[in-house]
Amino acid sequence: MTIDRRSFLKMTAGAGAAGVLYGCASTGPSGSTADVMPKTGRRVVVVGGGYGGTIAAKYIRMMDKNIEVVLVERNDHFVSCPFSNLYIGGLMKDLSPLTIRYDKLAANHGIKLLQAEVTGVDAASRTVVTSKGTLKYDHLVLSPGIDFRTEEVKGYDIATTPEVIPHAWKAGPQTVLLRKQLEAMPDGGNVVLSIPLAPFRCPPGPYERTSMIAMFLKQHKPKSKIIVLDANPDIVSKKGLFLKGWKKHYEGIVDYRPAKKVTEVDARSKTVLVEGLEDVRGAVVNLIPPQRAGQIAVAAGLVGADKNWCPVNPTTFESTIHKGIHVIGDACVAGAMPKSGYSANSEAKACATNIVNMMNGREIVDFSGINTCYSFLSAKEAVEVTGVYKVDKEKNTIIAVPGTVGVSPDLSELEAIYAESWLKNILIEMST
Amino acid sequence: MRIKAIQWALSAAVLAMSASAFSAPPTPAMLSNACAGCHGTHGESAGPSMPALAGQSKISIVESMKGFKSGERPSTVMGRLSKGYSDAEFEAMGEFFSRQKPFTTSQTLDRAKVAKGAELHEKNCARCHVENGKEIKDNSPVMAGQWVKYLEIQMADYHSGKRKMFDRKAERMKPLSQSDLDAIAHFYASVK
Ligand code: HEC
Repeated sequence: MTIDRRSFLKMTAGAGAAGVLYGCASTGPSGSTADVMPKTGRRVVVVGGGYGGTIAAKYIRMMDKNIEVVLVERNDHFVSCPFSNLYIGGLMKDLSPLTIRYDKLAANHGIKLLQAEVTGVDAASRTVVTSKGTLKYDHLVLSPGIDFRTEEVKGYDIATTPEVIPHAWKAGPQTVLLRKQLEAMPDGGNVVLSIPLAPFRCPPGPYERTSMIAMFLKQHKPKSKIIVLDANPDIVSKKGLFLKGWKKHYEGIVDYRPAKKVTEVDARSKTVLVEGLEDVRGAVVNLIPPQRAGQIAVAAGLVGADKNWCPVNPTTFESTIHKGIHVIGDACVAGAMPKSGYSANSEAKACATNIVNMMNGREIVDFSGINTCYSFLSAKEAVEVTGVYKVDKEKNTIIAVPGTVGVSPDLSELEAIYAESWLKNILIEMST
Repeated sequence: MRIKAIQWALSAAVLAMSASAFSAPPTPAMLSNACAGCHGTHGESAGPSMPALAGQSKISIVESMKGFKSGERPSTVMGRLSKGYSDAEFEAMGEFFSRQKPFTTSQTLDRAKVAKGAELHEKNCARCHVENGKEIKDNSPVMAGQWVKYLEIQMADYHSGKRKMFDRKAERMKPLSQSDLDAIAHFYASVK
């Protein structure tokens, strides 16, 4: 028996379930209420198979084989955002070095996979609603990544605009589209890159993208340049290093313009409007819209007063709004930790550790985490920012351990060599 | 006593108010798992330039971390990262990684270099790097089966003088050429 979403909502409301949280993703079928995997023992459901979700699922199973873990992900593979700028710049033939699948991870650790779209969460009855049916949980880990606040860019249509003006801020077909557009662009045309106000996924990402596109232009479209419209008053991350790299390699190619917030877009003419005043037109336009937590976290009522990001306990990553639901990765507010793949990896491990502790009646353990973001400035040179993070118990938030946060002293070939190994290690950690 | 208080704290109602108020300091696993995004799960590095830590000796890890922290040992990231931890935490992480089963890398090596490296090792290094770099003496690291690219980077740092050596080591290493050192790196990487 399958019941459509609306009647499920009625039913549960009728049963007096307080706090039924509903959402439906913009695409995909409605959820059904048939239990796809009846719960027998202790279970954690993990939603999202990216940098956070895969690691949470794996580490829970590594630490306690008596907890059943179900990983729910709508795709059968994942493409890494980190390093996708290298593909855009032409340093990678295809996305295969950035792509992982879940079969080995599932087999090695006994994780159950459910390829389905999550359409809602009922915190009160600890139930996840998916396109394939419902799932009961004891603890839920959401690692949904980001979605876009497209309503803040006039004229942006979520379905059609990215087909013409890619954001390429979720890796996959969008990444490929941007690269194809760059290749097809006439020499002499301009690329326009629009950066939203922070916070957004991957603070140095837009500036690495600027570098990689500039590298491509220098080689293949020498008469072209890239105009960067940054909504922020200045470069958000690794400023000195990016400026140095642009001067060294891309003088006259990178036209960086701070405090230029794009408020409107016209896909047909490939034009963006800055603060409703200034038209900027490009042969290729890469508009990265402002962001918020992934749709499911919003639908589940997990975002805080800012309506964008999910406040969590800094030790367990449990939502401060709904008990039993933990939010990790880009979607959560992790104090001083930036929204990066490495942060998500680190948060996932701490979250997994403490879920296992909670489920076994053991002591909660303080968070200790690391962030690292490598960025490429040319084919052979990279820079990084790293830091160690812990919880400030008085302020009840994650802070950087003093003296640990810093950036590379200079552009470095050695860092590029380490960066390649970083990618390999972290993707293998997620997929085996 | 403390455990009891914690268990009480874990009753759902209290937990709902605050978990971190009753939490314990980071365990060795909590500290070490954070390193795995770069060094691989349990220190089993799959990236050819990133050193494997699984099965490395505790003392070598502790000494490396201290060297990174003081700045005596050159580094890209480890200098900054090491500043996030106390000596006791270095010990905890050293213990954690040393207990993992040694990781055997699978890498393609140049046979001629391996053979040349074996000879050079025997003549120059074997007194301290015992059992072909599999075992440790004092605070020397396990090098057997390490990624060759990583060993080469370290050798280059010794050769250029960026990474300091104590006298007895310098006496042996200074006369060797860069290609000698690469050969030695190939040899250690080949040891199973
Ligand atoms: C950003 C990636 C990254 C992270 C995170 C990281 N390391 Fe490293 N590690 C490196 C690199 C790169 C080197 C080589 C030295 C350098 O350039 O910093 C290294 C070298 C080392 C070495 C020396 C190995 C040898 O025998 O020569 C030790 C020990 C070590 N790391 C321990 C750790 C520990 C413990 C942690 C966690 C607290 C950690 N690392 C986190 C990248 C990382």
